[in-house]
Formats: sequence, C-alpha cells, structure tokens
Amino acid sequence: MSGTVQRLQITAANPDPALLDLPWDVPLEDWPTDMLAALPRGISRHIVRFARLSGRVIAIKEIGETVAYREYELLRQLRKLEVPSVEPVGVITGRRSPDGEPLEAVLITQHLQFSLPYRALFSQSLRPDTATRLIDALAVLMVRLHLAGFYWGDVSLSNTLFRRDAETFAAYLVDAETGDLHDRLSPGQRAYDLEVARVNIIGELMDLQAGEFLDEDEDVVAIGEALVVRYDELWRALTEVEAFGYGERWRVQARIDRLNDLGFDVGELDITTDLDGTSVRIQPKVVDAGHHSRRLMRLTGLDVQENQARRLLNDLDEYRAATDRQADDEAFVAHDWLTDIFEPAVRSVPRELRRKLEPAQIYHELLDHRWYLSQQEDRDVPMTEVAASYVRHILPSRPDEQAVLGTRAEDLRDGETGEHPRVDDDLDPDRLIG
Amino acid sequence: MATVTFDHATRIYPGTERPAVDALNLHIEDGEFLVLVGPSGCGKSTSLRMLAGLEDVNAGRILIGDRDVTDVQPKDRDIAMVFQNYALYPHMTVADNMGFALKIAGVPKAEIRTRVEEAAKILDLTQYLDRKPKALSGGQRQRVAMGRAIVRSPQVFLMDEPLSNLDAKLRVQTRTQIASLTRRLGVTTVYVTHDQVEALTMGDRIAVLKDGILQQVDTPRALYDTPANVFVAGFIGSPAMNIGTFPVLEGAASVGSSRLALPREVVGRLTDDDKGHITVGFRPESLDTVPQGTQDSFPVVVNLVEELGSDAFVYGALTNEFGQQASAVHSGAGEAQIIVRVDPRQVPKVGDTIHVRIRPNEQHLFHAGSGERLA
Repeated sequence: MSGTVQRLQITAANPDPALLDLPWDVPLEDWPTDMLAALPRGISRHIVRFARLSGRVIAIKEIGETVAYREYELLRQLRKLEVPSVEPVGVITGRRSPDGEPLEAVLITQHLQFSLPYRALFSQSLRPDTATRLIDALAVLMVRLHLAGFYWGDVSLSNTLFRRDAETFAAYLVDAETGDLHDRLSPGQRAYDLEVARVNIIGELMDLQAGEFLDEDEDVVAIGEALVVRYDELWRALTEVEAFGYGERWRVQARIDRLNDLGFDVGELDITTDLDGTSVRIQPKVVDAGHHSRRLMRLTGLDVQENQARRLLNDLDEYRAATDRQADDEAFVAHDWLTDIFEPAVRSVPRELRRKLEPAQIYHELLDHRWYLSQQEDRDVPMTEVAASYVRHILPSRPDEQAVLGTRAEDLRDGETGEHPRVDDDLDPDRLIG
Repeated sequence: MATVTFDHATRIYPGTERPAVDALNLHIEDGEFLVLVGPSGCGKSTSLRMLAGLEDVNAGRILIGDRDVTDVQPKDRDIAMVFQNYALYPHMTVADNMGFALKIAGVPKAEIRTRVEEAAKILDLTQYLDRKPKALSGGQRQRVAMGRAIVRSPQVFLMDEPLSNLDAKLRVQTRTQIASLTRRLGVTTVYVTHDQVEALTMGDRIAVLKDGILQQVDTPRALYDTPANVFVAGFIGSPAMNIGTFPVLEGAASVGSSRLALPREVVGRLTDDDKGHITVGFRPESLDTVPQGTQDSFPVVVNLVEELGSDAFVYGALTNEFGQQASAVHSGAGEAQIIVRVDPRQVPKVGDTIHVRIRPNEQHLFHAGSGERLA
C-alpha cells in the first residue's frame, strides 16, 4: 500500500519501551484478545481497553489529540496535588493503520491495583450499607477535589474507582476529561458539580436496576441525594466559620480534633477576635486529607489508605498499652510493632494468596478475625495463631482483587459499539463482593 | 424561551489584574443561535460559564429573559448544558435514557412519555424509543444526548466546544444536526468554539472575543465582509486574510515598487497615531492574476501550490525587491506569506513569479495604529 508510514509520538514521564510493542496501528476495538486484560469497564463515551504491559495493567482510551494531552496534564497536576486519581502513563499520537488511515490518539493510564468498579460492588447482593459507603467515599473525593480547586464537570460512578479501605471504601478519580483546575471554585461550580453527580449517580443506578443487577425496590433517588447531604456536611465541617466567646477557647482544639477525626490535618487556621476581645471566630483555611495515613507513614513508613491507617494506628495503640510502653517514644514502639506484629502477620500469607487483597487490607481483616476468634475462644488469641487460621479458613475463599476479573477476554468484542462498551453481564457479583 | 443579556458582565480571577471577561455587553434574541468564538484565553468559555452560573460575576449583570440571574444557582437558571456528559446507559431504553432526569425530578410518567415522544419526533428517533442504545449509530447516540436536554425544555441551551472530542467526520455531521435542530426547536442557544469555520457555519450571529474584550458581534456574512478591526479580519475566514502595513505616499499605499490607490476620504481620516502608515487587508479570493506591469499590481514568488479540486491556492511571498516590506505582510500561512486563490485549471509552478492585483473595492483598510476599520 502507498499509505503514510505510522510516526508515533509518545509523550510520557517515564516511557516504558514495551509500549512500542503494542499494536498501535490497529484500532483499539480490534485489538487481539491475547493482548487484553479482561477487566470490567464502566460506561464511557470512548473506546477503552485494558492491556498487559511489563507485568502491569494499563488502561488505554482512544480520544481526540488535544483532549488527550489536556487530560494527561490535568491528571499529572492532580497527582501533584495529592488528590486520589489514576496515574497517567502517557499520550500516543500519530497512529496510522497499515493502509495509511489516521487513527485516534490514545491516553494511557495505569490500572489502579485492587480497585473495584462500582458495577462490581452495586449488585443484587448489595449489602445495605455498601451503597452508603460508596457514596461516603465519593463525597470525600469530591470535597478533596473541590478544596484543591478542581471542577470535575462529569462526576459519576463510572468515572470513579473504589478501593477497599478497612471497613469503608476510598474513591479515586478515573476520568478528568471534562475537568478544570482553578485557584478556587465558586459556590456555583461546586453546586453544579454536585448536581451533575447526583443526576449521574441516580441514572447509573437506574441503569443497574434496568439490567436487573440491582433490586428495583432500592431507592436510587435517595442514594443520589445522600451524596449531596454527605458532601455538604463534610464541606461545612472543613470550611465553616465558627464563632464563640473568648472563654471558650478550648473550642479551637476541639475543632482541630474534629477535623483530625474526619481524616484531615489543619494546615492553616484563621483565628480572629473582635475589637473588644469578647468573641473569637475560627475558620480552617488549609486542610489536607490523610491525617492518619500521614501519621502512620511517619511512624512506620507504611503507605496505606486513610481508614486502613486509622485501624493500624489503633492496633499500634493497643500494642503499646498491652506491652506497657506508654512512656516510650512512640516511634520506637511503632518500629517494634512493625517488625514483631505487622510484618510477620502479613508475611504469613502464602505468596499465591497475595493477589487477594492489599497487605494493609489483609491486616485489617486479620484484626477482625482476631476479634472473632478471641470472642469465640474467650481469650486473647495471639496474632500468629490468628494469621494461621485466617490463611487456612478465610482468605482462600476470597476473590482475587488485585485486578478484578469480570469477563472472559474473548467476550470483550461482542457487540462492542464504540462509545458504549458492553456491560459485563456475566459478571458474578457474589464473587466480587466476597 | 428567552433572550439572554450580558450587561457589563465582568469576571476577574483572583490574583489577576486583567479581567478574563471585561464589561461584556451582548444581547441575544429569543431563539437565536449565537456563537462565541476566539483564540484560547479570549474569555469565550468564561462568558458561557458566567451565564451557566459556574463563574462568579464580579461586576455587571446577566439576565435570562427579564430575570436577573447573576446570583442564581446554576440548577435554578433553567438552562441546559448540552453534551457535557452524554454517556448513555446500556440497559435502559432510548426513551428512558432521554427521560430519566425528568423521572428523578418527579415528573409524572405520562408526561415524561409525551415529552420524550415529542423530542424523539424532532430528533428522528421515534422508531428507536424502545430499543437499547447498543442498536444506535454514533450520530443517533449524539441525538439521544441532545434529547436529554430537549425534554427538559430549558430556556437556553449552552454548548461548550461540544464537538471537540468527536472524530472529524462525526464532527461535521453533528455540527449540521445541531444547527438545524436548534432552529427547529427555536431554543436560544449559546455555543462556544475556537474554530471559526464552525462559528461561520452554525451561528445566526457570531461574537468574536479577544483578551476578554468583545471585538465584534454580527452575522457571519457581515463579519466576513466588514470586519471591525484587524484582529477580526485575520481571525475570520479560511484561508485567512492577507494583511500588511505600508507607508502612505501621495494618497496611495506604497507596496514596494507598486502603489495601491487609496480613497481620498480614507487618507484624510488617518491620525498621528498611524504614523503615516495604513494597514491593508485582502482575502485570497480578492486577488486577480494579471500580466506583469498592470497598474497597482505586485509580484508574488510561488512557494507552494495547494490544489483542492474546486480551488487552488498559491502560498507565496513578495519578491526580494520589496526588501524589508516583504515581511510587512502576513496571512494564515505565516509571517511574510501571501495566499492567492488562482484558477485551478491554470496553476503556476513553484518558483514562478505571478503578478496579482486586488480587485476594486475588495480591500479592507484599517488604522495602522489602533487596528480599527477605516473602510
């Protein structure tokens, strides 16, 4: 053929040479199944595929060139702002088919390990509180994005991934295509983002009901509205001005404690007194999420999610009390807890079972299991015994969540219609919820 | 349906001095399709977002109909941002995909069905209403997304670069569909694009912005024929207008060894600020190829010929004899470049010199100082 030769332009921070081996001269929807990783996809207007690359999984989205570069930059900025979001890998342009037909640019992101799409979580076997937990996680994510000045423009469950975070979930932004970064958001921008989120979430849940994945008696409008309520509560707690009499100065510390409890550190607190000094007004100016995960990181070097950190810190406190070391430096105690308790417990999980859950999530479950065993046997069961029992009785029956497998790869192309990837009808929800 | 009025509407971002939108005055008629166009950073998206309620208005007002919405929440403005999020739901029928927002708002079932059916008729989707989106083509899906906005019967449609993530073919198709649809519906529409071709083909009127300031608002024809200043002249039209600034000597613009006669009244209106110069604009199609030596003609060296079948364009430069002046001209093709439309059946060769002359009354004259239109 006389077609123009493909001249790929790869923009990436850390380009992986293996990227060049992928069949960029083939439209994404025709990629051979042996290249693809069978992961469930959300509803998208673009063609999205997961592929294996150097032992990891990447998500590839076909999208217009300018939009691709823009989203790549935005995702990079969001990472710098430490907002939970997928990691951008790069943009590839200049794709051509062998007969010279130009192909769409692609945006590549890193697949978030141990993440779960909402379709795997909302299902017929929806536990009553799963919806609430997902909505809570999304509310936290939206507040964090809005505090960072990010207007999302298309908040939806499809554009979010969830990771287990102790007994709750943590939400990650997946799609920043419609987003914008501002110095700060206006109330109108926040309100509109929230309204879009509400309508999208309800729409997505109605779709699950239409597909009989979700019980039709579930009040999906109420679930969508819960997001607005949760968001507003959290936003107020983080940003509201609080006024009190001069004699009630303890309320400054109380406010900081309350924010810490919600998982936020106060970077800057505005305190003003009125002229005659009888009343005080305080307002948090800078708040950073990740209070517990930062503290755990400082003490142990473990990098885990917020509620996992909270759980691990509680265990550390218990360990400190049980070993009667309240007078010791916390950092020394933390070091001993890490080497004597946490690491042996996590290491006791055989290698072949490590794909089931993240280490910190496994430890969280070990703590649950310890409570259960101790109740049953009416004694303090030591962690080594707990771990052995957990590995034998509980973990093997859990699904692999490192990369949730939903469809068989050969099904991926069935009825594929560009913007609307087929929903994974054969997804077995019970296997995923665990 | 309603009019839209920007009344000295201003947006200044915190920490910046220059307003992103500076005292915008714009009145959009009921049912009109108005396009906001301009280069990146001109304030077009900011203006749209001010209307949507997504940007604060620091000074001035915005009205929808007679209602001042400056401080009204976005969701209470009775506007629809079209195409912002149009992923369709695979398990829901086309009808449910169009009507679900009404269902959330608690609209009675029968009324939803009526409104969905009305919208489907306009959108040519009636026969698909009970099917799943999977059965639709790309263009039909775009129309379903449009249907979502239509069933809400908002006062104003807002569209912010809605076609930017479509491939070229679908973009042209959808462009035509949007333009004809909004006219059939008669809904006031404000449409943002950076693409002047899109603006020209879609808008009843076009507002051209630059640096937050409205440059001109008029019909596509008027913008093309009588641009109000050099910026609009260079921005509207494809290929772009050739524009050059030349000294005025004895009542004529001096283009190298050639002269271009100027109307006397125009010369009389030049100001000190123009420093004895005039800016002349001429579109590629306003040039005739003429024999060497023809009065008011000037020579162009051919660098490239672009043949498009129905048209052919010469990309060239003024010859060396112009010295410094050769670079006084610019066009869409770049500095010191001139674009000439030539007879596609008689195209010159690269390296040839052709002689061209501006057709009478087809030149655009601007103040060299302010860039404002003279004639």
